[in-house]
Amino acid sequence: MTILQMIFYLFSAVAIASALFVVASNNPVRGALSLVLTFFAMAGVWLLLHAEFLALILVLVYVGAVMTLFLFVVMMLRVNVLSAREGFVRYLPFAVLLALIIIGLTIIAVGPKQFGLTSMPAPAAEVAGYNNLADLGMVLYTQYAYPFEISAVLLLTAIVAAISLTHRLPTRRKNQIVSKQIAVKRADRVKLIAMPSVKKINLSDKPSEAGEPS
Amino acid sequence: MYVEINLLSIAVVLFLLPLAGALIAGLFGKQIGRSATHWVAITLVGCSFLLSCYLFAAIVLLGHPPVEGVIYNWVTTGNYHFDVAILLDHLSVTMLFIVNFVSFMVHIYTVGYMADDPGYQRFFSYVSLFTFSMLILVLANNFLLLFFGWEGVGLVSYLLIGFWFKRDSAVDGGLKAFIANRIGDVGFVLAIAAVLTYFNSLDYHTVFNHVPAVLGQTIRILPHIHAHVITVICVLLFIGAMAKSAQIPLHVWLPESMEGPTPISALIHAATMVTAGIYMVARMSPLFEYSPAALSLVLILGATTCLFMGFLAVVQQDIKRVIAYSTISQLGYMAVALGASAYDVAIFHLMTHAFFKALLFLAAGSVIIALHHEQDMRKMGGLAPYMPITYLTFAIGALALAAIPPFAGFYSKDAIIEAVHLSTTPGAHYAYLCVLAGAFVTPLYIFRALFLTFHGKKRHEGAVNESPWVVLVPLIALAIPSIIAGGMLIGPMLFSTPHLLGDSIFVLPQHDVLTAWAVDYKGAQTMALDASHTLPFWLAVSGIAAAWIFNMARPEWSDMLKKRFSWFYEILIDKYGFDKFNQVVVVQGTRRLGEFFYKVCDLMMIDGIFVNGSGRFIRLFARVGRHLQTGYIYHYALAMLLGLAVLLGWFVLGF
Amino acid sequence: MISLSDFLIVAAILFGIGIAGIIINRKNIIVLLMSIELMLLAVNTNFIAFSYFLGNNVGQLFVFFILTVAAAEAAIGLAIMMVLFRKSGTIEVNKLDLLKG
Repeated sequence: MTILQMIFYLFSAVAIASALFVVASNNPVRGALSLVLTFFAMAGVWLLLHAEFLALILVLVYVGAVMTLFLFVVMMLRVNVLSAREGFVRYLPFAVLLALIIIGLTIIAVGPKQFGLTSMPAPAAEVAGYNNLADLGMVLYTQYAYPFEISAVLLLTAIVAAISLTHRLPTRRKNQIVSKQIAVKRADRVKLIAMPSVKKINLSDKPSEAGEPS
Repeated sequence: MYVEINLLSIAVVLFLLPLAGALIAGLFGKQIGRSATHWVAITLVGCSFLLSCYLFAAIVLLGHPPVEGVIYNWVTTGNYHFDVAILLDHLSVTMLFIVNFVSFMVHIYTVGYMADDPGYQRFFSYVSLFTFSMLILVLANNFLLLFFGWEGVGLVSYLLIGFWFKRDSAVDGGLKAFIANRIGDVGFVLAIAAVLTYFNSLDYHTVFNHVPAVLGQTIRILPHIHAHVITVICVLLFIGAMAKSAQIPLHVWLPESMEGPTPISALIHAATMVTAGIYMVARMSPLFEYSPAALSLVLILGATTCLFMGFLAVVQQDIKRVIAYSTISQLGYMAVALGASAYDVAIFHLMTHAFFKALLFLAAGSVIIALHHEQDMRKMGGLAPYMPITYLTFAIGALALAAIPPFAGFYSKDAIIEAVHLSTTPGAHYAYLCVLAGAFVTPLYIFRALFLTFHGKKRHEGAVNESPWVVLVPLIALAIPSIIAGGMLIGPMLFSTPHLLGDSIFVLPQHDVLTAWAVDYKGAQTMALDASHTLPFWLAVSGIAAAWIFNMARPEWSDMLKKRFSWFYEILIDKYGFDKFNQVVVVQGTRRLGEFFYKVCDLMMIDGIFVNGSGRFIRLFARVGRHLQTGYIYHYALAMLLGLAVLLGWFVLGF
Repeated sequence: MISLSDFLIVAAILFGIGIAGIIINRKNIIVLLMSIELMLLAVNTNFIAFSYFLGNNVGQLFVFFILTVAAAEAAIGLAIMMVLFRKSGTIEVNKLDLLKG
């Protein structure tokens, strides 16, 4: 077992174990943190595949930004931790069975028989001075310039969408609408009501109680 | 001298003038006022009449060859092209002359007759529009344009019968005319379709030239029943003519059409439109000649119509209905002439009939105005001294209709009787008997009307005055041709070579009755003088005598006859039960059928099974299916993942 | 050496765990979103593995785009969840059944 294989198995084991914990944990905060660990471990696996740039992006963008966002949201919403386990055990066997079926079928499909070293040997080492970043950049900014720009627009759209969805308008502020104030008419504010004039005072009547201080 | 383009453009102007009149009177009538309306309409139709005189002179009298030309390309589709194209030949210019003359007279007459009617302008608009449609019908050089004119006159006829649309009977009469004409139109349209199918063209000339090629072909009408194409086309065409020219059994609408104003009865329902069927058959003579079966049908139906509709006229009390039944009967005469292959004679009778029948109608109209729209003859009588000119003109019309020499009707009707006598078409013997009997019945009913209206005791209260000059001038103008047209035209139309109608009419040698008769013909005067030797003349005279006896000398005999032959009288009053038959079988039958379709097909099948049924099914389905929609995300995800697992399994294990 | 299938099997296992997470979890939408992130991670790993073994860096480029879209998706998903929480006071998956037929 070479050192590379050891590293691979180590990282894979960590990734799978933490992924299981993501699914199984009843506390979303822990789940999110273990997803971070999964990403870290998979970044290591990606480094083995000589995808240095993407591995770093995974750590920086996913762990640094996306997962932080997840944590924020998880902490902002007071999720009832205790109720999170309800029904877990009930559906577990079925979920495990389905997952195992899919995993098993995929392994049959991509197993060593098809993609082992014999049929798919490791590529030759890169020439000296190879730069993964420059290599990607050469393709990204020439052949894939338009998709790149479109993805930039997509991110912008996502920003706008996220903000407009979550942005709460200030509701308690009392605004002054100047145009309405100016346009107001007298009739809108003042209402003249015809009232019967004061009754003729009959001297023989008793004086009203309100009129005479006793 | 006459350049072709000139004649064509004259023809175009000729039929556009009445259209312009109709548009002006119809759209701007209210603005320009009553008198301006009739001046415009009369002037335009008058110009049109002058132009038709010019064309008549050019083509018939001076022998200019027939002119044919395309004015406007109407439709082009695939290999077919349908044009607005006109044909000026002897037949069409003769018809043009008749139509425009009668129309012009009726326009003038209308000024007096409709003087106090609120729909004055509308009436002029309709009449001018009718003139336009009729001119198109006559001028057409193809079936499609003919059909256009055909439908145009039908439409205007409907509008004018229902002119007083506040009267229920007028509306019903209009509807009856419209429906009867639609039945005929089915035949006509099918005929046009058949012509287009077998001749690949709708132009008269192309079709007529291809007749020999189509002669042997047959068409399957019912399984295992084949008929000659030409016969089928001719019979279908004649069904169209039957509706338009009021032949049994589609005649029922014509008496009802008397609900319209009298000028219309004169113009449309006596002189021009109803003769369109006769004109059409004469125009299609190159087709009909090759179909003895169709000719026989025309002959027999015409003869039946001629005699039996004449009987009905004898028992009518409404003066206009008497003349209406007389019109049907006279149209029967024309159809008989067509059936006997004497197309010239038919057109000849059409012409004289147009004059004297329009005259009779207009004179009857004059009486009706004088009596303030009273049409029942039992309330007339003794009017002769009060209305001398009307009486005189009516008498001239009656004498012409009764075929007394030397009036116009004598020549044409005698020619028909003689033609049938000589004809070899199957059914000619029956037709001969019918037309001979008709020669007795015709004077009987028309002189009955004359005696009841103008002679005897005056049964109408109130002053009776002669009609104004606008009414009398057309009467006089029509009375003149009613007297002289027959004697003048019989020679040129029937016996001179070439005939007045020239090449427009095609007759096979073996059907040519006129040539056979020409041997005996020695001129119009001789014919009139020799009338006393002939049977039809004495039948006519005895008809007049019978009318005099039963209505003037011994009125009680007529009541006696009515009692003695009450069963026959009942049949006549019932009009042979055609109306009853239509009411019971056609109307009720249609209603029953409609009810069946409504209740069973519509309510049960379409509404019950298809419309509501599908709704019910969907609702049932949805009631079950909605339980699949739990609203929980994980259920949807589960379904998706199960699908994924299945597809994956198929992909992996299937190989 | 590590073979391609090893990488793919790891990715498959991660994917399976993501699937199981979606089905098991009845309480919290956040965990649902995290499961989706897991599945995306597995897919990305597949892309990178193939890209390395086939010597074609377009696969890595694809991962780049997927990461972009996933970030957008996470942002909007969380925003929607915030709105949902404000409106209904819960993010429990088995209480959200407005689409029930």
